[in-house]
Amino acid sequence: MGVLENRFQDNVIVASLDKFLGWARSTSPWYFQFGLACCAIEMMASAASRHDLERIGMMPRSSPRQADVMIVAGTVTMKMALRVKKLYEQMADPKYVISMGSCATSGGPYWQHGYHVLKGVDLVVPVDVYVPGCPPRPEALIEGLLKLQEKIQTERPLTRKSA
Amino acid sequence: MGVVKGDQMILNIGPQHPSTHGVLRLEVMTDGEIVSEIRPHIGYLHRCFEKHSENVTYEQVIPFTDRCDYLAAMNSNFGYVVAMEDLMEIKVPERVDYIRVIMGELNRIASHLLALGVYGLDIGAFTPFLYMLRDRERILDLFEYTCGARLLYNYMWVGGVSHDLPKDFEKICIGFLDYFEPQISEYNELLTYNKIFVERTADVGVLPADVAVSYGVTGPNLRASGVKWDVRKDEPYSIYDRFDFEVPIGTGELGTVGDCFDRYLVRMQEVIESVKIIRQALKDIPGGDVHQAIPKKIRPPKGSIYRRTESPRGDLGYYIVSDGTPVASRVKMRSPAFTALSVLDEISRGWMISDVIAILGSLDIVLGEIDR
Amino acid sequence: MTSAEIKAAIESQFPGTIVENKELADRQVELIDDQWLDVATFMKNDPNLSFDQLECITGIDTGEEGPLQTRYNLHSMEHRHKIEVVISHDRANPKVASIEQLWRIGDWFERETYDMFGIVYEGHRDLRRILCPDDWEGWPLRKDYEGQLDYHGIVVPKMKEESGWE
Repeated sequence: MGVLENRFQDNVIVASLDKFLGWARSTSPWYFQFGLACCAIEMMASAASRHDLERIGMMPRSSPRQADVMIVAGTVTMKMALRVKKLYEQMADPKYVISMGSCATSGGPYWQHGYHVLKGVDLVVPVDVYVPGCPPRPEALIEGLLKLQEKIQTERPLTRKSA
Repeated sequence: MGVVKGDQMILNIGPQHPSTHGVLRLEVMTDGEIVSEIRPHIGYLHRCFEKHSENVTYEQVIPFTDRCDYLAAMNSNFGYVVAMEDLMEIKVPERVDYIRVIMGELNRIASHLLALGVYGLDIGAFTPFLYMLRDRERILDLFEYTCGARLLYNYMWVGGVSHDLPKDFEKICIGFLDYFEPQISEYNELLTYNKIFVERTADVGVLPADVAVSYGVTGPNLRASGVKWDVRKDEPYSIYDRFDFEVPIGTGELGTVGDCFDRYLVRMQEVIESVKIIRQALKDIPGGDVHQAIPKKIRPPKGSIYRRTESPRGDLGYYIVSDGTPVASRVKMRSPAFTALSVLDEISRGWMISDVIAILGSLDIVLGEIDR
Repeated sequence: MTSAEIKAAIESQFPGTIVENKELADRQVELIDDQWLDVATFMKNDPNLSFDQLECITGIDTGEEGPLQTRYNLHSMEHRHKIEVVISHDRANPKVASIEQLWRIGDWFERETYDMFGIVYEGHRDLRRILCPDDWEGWPLRKDYEGQLDYHGIVVPKMKEESGWE
């Protein structure tokens, strides 16, 4: 825990408020299981007993209203793109999106002749972390989630945003 | 008191819902809780597999077939290469046949484990899901040891396989099978003889045999309705006629023939039969070079072929039309889950909404294969 | 029964319905599209033929100069014999009778062929697109398909043209 190292003597902790908020907000992101295709199986395998996602704080939620992170796992098609946007809008702020797999990043193996495939989910929702692979191993997905945690830690929610 | 006059309600399940097996939208007309009609809407995962197969070479189609039925990728590859080898009249070495059967049956066990685990999860049992996924990870370790990939392999090529079996594969595989067979009795205690599971699945969603044949249902769903039809026995391909295994059919053990419990039990019994086949294959596997019959350039003669093989979901058929060039003119994949989903409306009329979830889980559909 | 015997049985019941086509294999038979519903009913109900399983319906685009075709693979569970029926359609106005009331899987298979090729199955009770969205333009699997440029504001990039084989 970078926040708390060498910063306390006996029972006193000294750190900046931003760091505390970053630590609290980043270590328990609940993910919205939005599994579409083959990457969904690897997402389920990362949530199962061998590569456990709950030990890093991620709990699966089925409703977008209760989730912080949306993991778009799998190919997004034109028919589904409008619904992805709707589900993203139903999530409450602050929200993050992880694009898992090469289909969600840029269309994947279907980039050339896929008339019905959306070439990357960032055409409809803003993405924070891209995890490449076809499908990415569970370890790769966990690395993507840890990078997202780093990103959340460096946010400064108390700073007034300039207009 | 007079009768309360009600009205129909349309309930929309999906396309994002944790208990559908992929992106599927069900428009359910209900009168209270009782379902009167279901209209499935598919196409949310239509990835233009058939358009791609008309624009890339025959070898390059194989990774696309992996991604259609992603839970049983080895069997999807198997179906395609068997159809291509029939079209081009290639005879593969015996070692390749044995390796293909071993990989196909291991993938059948992995696919059934996932299907049954997720079915338990739909009904509400979380523990069998974790146990079955733990054992499935050991099978994925075997695949990773052989060809490097966990889920989508591109392993079976026209005329051979991509990598030979590595050192000590037989020992590790037999170690896994010896560990796995006692686990099945543990699954039986957790799920098969569990009173709540039996109450929710026995007598629910009965599929009569003639309706099943008319709707094109095949595989474990058809066998659970009492029809003894298995492509490995009735139209054998590769070397399946050399192995000694049973074809389990539904007998209405704890309910009616063709209910959800029968479909579950047939899959459980098929896992035991697959273990038998793998043991026989590992004992008799000969030596040889697996790359010897792979053609340098695939240019099949003009013509067409329709060939079906047995995937964990049923009859997987490939209709391939060739015009003499290295690129196919048409590749159509006849997917077994497409036909299984079409019968959902017929068998869920009159049941309640939670029974619809149980029936949908017992049909074991994979949307990647339905939408292609 | 062999393919030749099956073809003879069809020809004796419906003379003139089989079309000679040298390009087809032995297991395939081409029929004219006028009497297809009657022939299909006969093939299903006759006790010697008894084709109770429709394995697959495939739509084929044979190229610029050729017709569109629908191919039906039929199988009998009782006698364990198969046949493949080929029916050609005029490219400008492709249509044929629907067999979805005989084999219930014909419902979804015909909707899929309609979605991909534009072949209209007359008598089908609910013919609409099944894989592409309802407001999609064009018939995707035809050889001359040009993708649409955008869909509800999202850009669909045009498919790359191949310049030939390496």
